[in-house]
Parts: sequence; structure tokens; C-alpha cells
Amino acid sequence: MRRTFWQQWNGILFAVPWLLQFVLFIVVPFAASFWLSLTDYRFRDFPNMIWFENYADLAGDEVFLKSIFNTLYYTVFHVPGVMIISFFIAILLNQKVNGMPLFRTLFYLPSVTAGVATIMLWLVILQPNGILNQALGLVGIPGPRWLTSTQWAMPSLIIMSFWTVGTTMILYLAGLQGIPQHLYEAASIDGAGHLRKLWHVTVPMMTPTIFLTLVLGIIGSWQVFTQALILTGGGPANATLFVLLYLYNKAFLIFQMGYASAIAWVLFVIILIFTLIQFIIARRWVYYEYDESG
Amino acid sequence: MALLSEKAPPGSNVGGSMQSSVTIRGWRARILRPAWRVLVYAMLVGGSAIYGFPFAWMVRSSFMSIDQFYEDPPPFFPIPPNWASYTEVWESGPIVSWIINSTIVTTFGVVVLTLVSAVVAFGFARTEYPIRDVLFLLVISTMMLPQHVTIIPKVIIFRDLRWLDTLLPLIVPMIGGSAFFIFILRQFFRTIPKELDDAAAIDGASPVRIMFTIIFPLSKPAIATVAVFSFIGNWNEFFEPFIYLNTPDRMTLAVGMRFFQAGMWEQPQLHLQMAIALISVAPILIAFFFAQKHFIRGITLTGIKG
Repeated sequence: MRRTFWQQWNGILFAVPWLLQFVLFIVVPFAASFWLSLTDYRFRDFPNMIWFENYADLAGDEVFLKSIFNTLYYTVFHVPGVMIISFFIAILLNQKVNGMPLFRTLFYLPSVTAGVATIMLWLVILQPNGILNQALGLVGIPGPRWLTSTQWAMPSLIIMSFWTVGTTMILYLAGLQGIPQHLYEAASIDGAGHLRKLWHVTVPMMTPTIFLTLVLGIIGSWQVFTQALILTGGGPANATLFVLLYLYNKAFLIFQMGYASAIAWVLFVIILIFTLIQFIIARRWVYYEYDESG
Repeated sequence: MALLSEKAPPGSNVGGSMQSSVTIRGWRARILRPAWRVLVYAMLVGGSAIYGFPFAWMVRSSFMSIDQFYEDPPPFFPIPPNWASYTEVWESGPIVSWIINSTIVTTFGVVVLTLVSAVVAFGFARTEYPIRDVLFLLVISTMMLPQHVTIIPKVIIFRDLRWLDTLLPLIVPMIGGSAFFIFILRQFFRTIPKELDDAAAIDGASPVRIMFTIIFPLSKPAIATVAVFSFIGNWNEFFEPFIYLNTPDRMTLAVGMRFFQAGMWEQPQLHLQMAIALISVAPILIAFFFAQKHFIRGITLTGIKG
């Protein structure tokens, strides 16, 4: 049966709202952002083309390089830490014991409420005389002045990030529940113990989920903003100045919008490169079930 | 072998090796399993205590007076509790306006964003046209795009539209749905048997009719999940409202709250911060406890397991 042009294409009408939004609020700003990055725009006067001068300036901007270093520092500890903690909690939450819905809720709650409110709470927890340092004092460790110490401000943010592991944990939990039970039964018959099952069945079957959380985790750490703004404002002495915070300072505090757009584009390219590298490396370690059967 | 031995009655005439395997299994069942359960419970309770503790601390801190924060050490629990933070907080800022603004944005998020996402997702799951899959790939790829790259041009656009300092820049873009929600719903819609649509189509139902009378009613759990995610996401949203809104009484709650930290006082008003934090977290806690099953189920629905 030949379909008319209308019958063939009418389904696209359902996508029109998204397409409209895509063009108006993604494509146009995205292109405009690149154009702005080639200008000296300052929010008032008409922008002058200065081509790649902003990018050249960025390469020699020590504060910007510091913000890249800070973001990498955070990523290196935050991403693996969250993954290991979430994996452990997910395995714990996948055990068959009573009361599990309650426990799952409790572990997920910090992620659901994550926002300005719970970030401000950490101001109290991390006070020099706050509860964390009191607890450390009980075991004889003198607690640092967390948020006002150049050395400990970044570790404070990393520790705080280990409290909101809920999303990663739920993804792992869904992954664990998707592993076919017969694989464990087969491993049991072969005499495998719990640890061997974990290493030879659970972990390989989880690699697609682990990969997903790795990619999302790294993308997420390049976009840290709110917690640094509220807890430290980027300080002390730029110790917690993340790339996005620097972008905000340049664009909206001193209105160097051209320069800030260049930061946005460098940030975008960094995220793109990290993601692409991971997809390339993934072929070596991510296990997709259907690859084997094919 | 191990499976068989379990069935052998204890006194039956079986070989020695079998006998020992029976006793090992018995030992496991009597000692190891309960011990494992105790260990699992201990870790669950300990972990929940760590993850739940900050909330308890938020409640405690909201009952402190400002001076108590700077005592050394501060009281573990202030006696008597200082209820004044809760009355003071209402008088110290345009909180009612913030709550109204957050409610407006969140309502649009729950109703419009969810509905549009469902309609777009229906198109990707249930209609066919030549470039459909390319478009869907485009939707997914926008999830990887950091929203912050586009923030500067958006501010300029909204300035020229005279939308800055209003809720419009937060609400209007919702007409396109959310890529993440479209993705979740499309995955779910695809699990509904196609025969249902075909039967309805033979009876002369249009795609729009099929969408509203068959697919949406059958997808209530998935749509509810998305609505709850949207509620929480919009209520907590900070970055964009923080950039777009400048006048205190036009802010949303998440943005306005910062005034108690850095606004009009010489030192941060920690007790007021904790009181407003609790006020702002309360709707989410309530929503979460009522819709709890939708979360856990919702993530499983997405089929992200790989």
C-alpha cells in the first residue's frame, strides 16, 4: 500500500514542540555562544570581532588554568569515590532482607533533596567547631578548618559529594537486578564462591552501567557550580574555583561576556574530548552480552 | 552433586563424601546465613544512620540560636529549642513570594513539561517517518550537552525580550519537553504491545486518539515517575533562576534562600538558613515518601541497565 506524503510524514508533528525548543534555546544560543567567544562583548556596547584573542588570553590566564586543575582534582577523587561507594551500597541494597524499601529510601534521600538547602547544611556540619570535627576529636584527630583552609576546602567538597550518591546507586541497583539469575546458578554449580561470583559474573555484567556512570560522573564534575558558590565562593585563594564558577564570575560579575563565552567553549570541548576518549577505551573493557552471541 | 545431597535424608545410606557435604551445607545454613544477615543489617543500619544523620542535624540546627553556633563546643541539642528561627525567618525576607514563584515554576514543570515530553515521546515510540531515528538520536545527544555553554547567549536573548527578572525564561522553554523525560517515556511506550494500536487504528482511531486513550492510560506509572522527577528537579533548580532573577521578591525559593547566607547581615545567619532549608526540603520529602515506589521503579523502567 502506497502511503501519501502526508501519511508518511505526519508523525513528525509530535516532534515539533521539541524541535522548536531545540532551535530556539539550543541551536541558536550554541552558535551565538561561539560567535561571542570571538568578540570582546561586554553586555552593553556592540561586540567587536577580535577572533581568537580570547582563546589566546585563556591559554595564559593563570586563574583559568588553576580552575581547570581544581576541576581535575575534584574529578579524580569524586568520580571513582562515588562509583565505589555506590557499588557497595547497591550490592547491600540488593540483598533479600526485610525492610529494604525503607533502607533504599534513606540512601536515596540526600540525592533527592540535593540543592541549596542541603548544601547550606554542610556549612554547619563543616564548621571548625562543628559536629564533624567534634566526632574526629573523639578519636583523637584534630579536625582542620575545612572550608576556610586552602588545603582542605577541596577535600570538603569531595567528601560532601559522597553523601549524594543516590542516582549512581539506583542505576547500579537497576543493573544488578537485570543480571540473569541463571548465571549465578551456573557459577554455583561450577563451585564459585561469593567473591568469585562478584568478580566473574556481577562485575562483567555491570560494565555497561559502570561505563554509563563513569561518563555521566565526569560530565557532571566539569559542571560543578552550586556547592562551590555557596560553601566557598571559589575560595580560599581560588582553591575551589571550578571552571564554571570562573565562567560565572567573568560573565555576570564583570560582564566580560566574550571572554566567558570562550571559557564555555573550552569547557564544552574538554567535556567532548573526555567523553569521546571514554567511548574509545570502552571497547576494551565494557562487556555487552550480545557481542558474545554474535 | 551438591544439589542432590541436599535431598538425601540425614540417616540414609550414602557415601562418605556425600555425608560431609551434607554437614557443610548444614553448617552454612545454621551459622553462616544468619551471620551474613546480621552483617547485612548492621551495614544497612549503620549506612542509613550516616546518610540520614545530616537531616537530623538540619532539624537540630534550626532550633539553635545564632550564638549557640559559635560556642565551643556547640550544644548537641539546644535546650530549650529556639522556635524563634521559624517566626524570624518569615519576617526576614519575602519568603511567601519565593514559595509562590517556586510553586508556579514547579507546577508548570509537573504539568506542561511532563505532558509535552509524553507527546513527543509518543511520536518517537509509535509513529513512523523517514528521519525519526535520526531525530531521536539528536534528542539523546542534547542530554550530553552542558546547558552552561549556552547560558550567556540565553541571557542576552531574554534581556532583549525583556524577560529577565521574570519567570518566563524558566517556563517558556518547557514547551519543548525535556530530553531525559522524552527518553524515559519513549523506552516505556515501546514496551506496550503494538497490537493495541493496530486494533484501534483499524477501528478508525487517529494517532492522537490512540495516544490519549491507550498509550497514556497504560503508562501511568512511567508518567507519574517523570512528573515526580520534574517536581523535584524544578523545585531544586538553582543555576538558571540564579542567573535570570535579580530582584529579591521575584526569586524562587532556591535562589532567595541564599540571602540568609550572604544577603543583608554581617555574619551568616546559620539558624535562619537551617530553618528555611527545612522549609524548602519539606515538600520534596513529602512528595518522595508518597511517590517512593515510582523512583525505584522509574529507574528500572528506563532500561538503562545496558
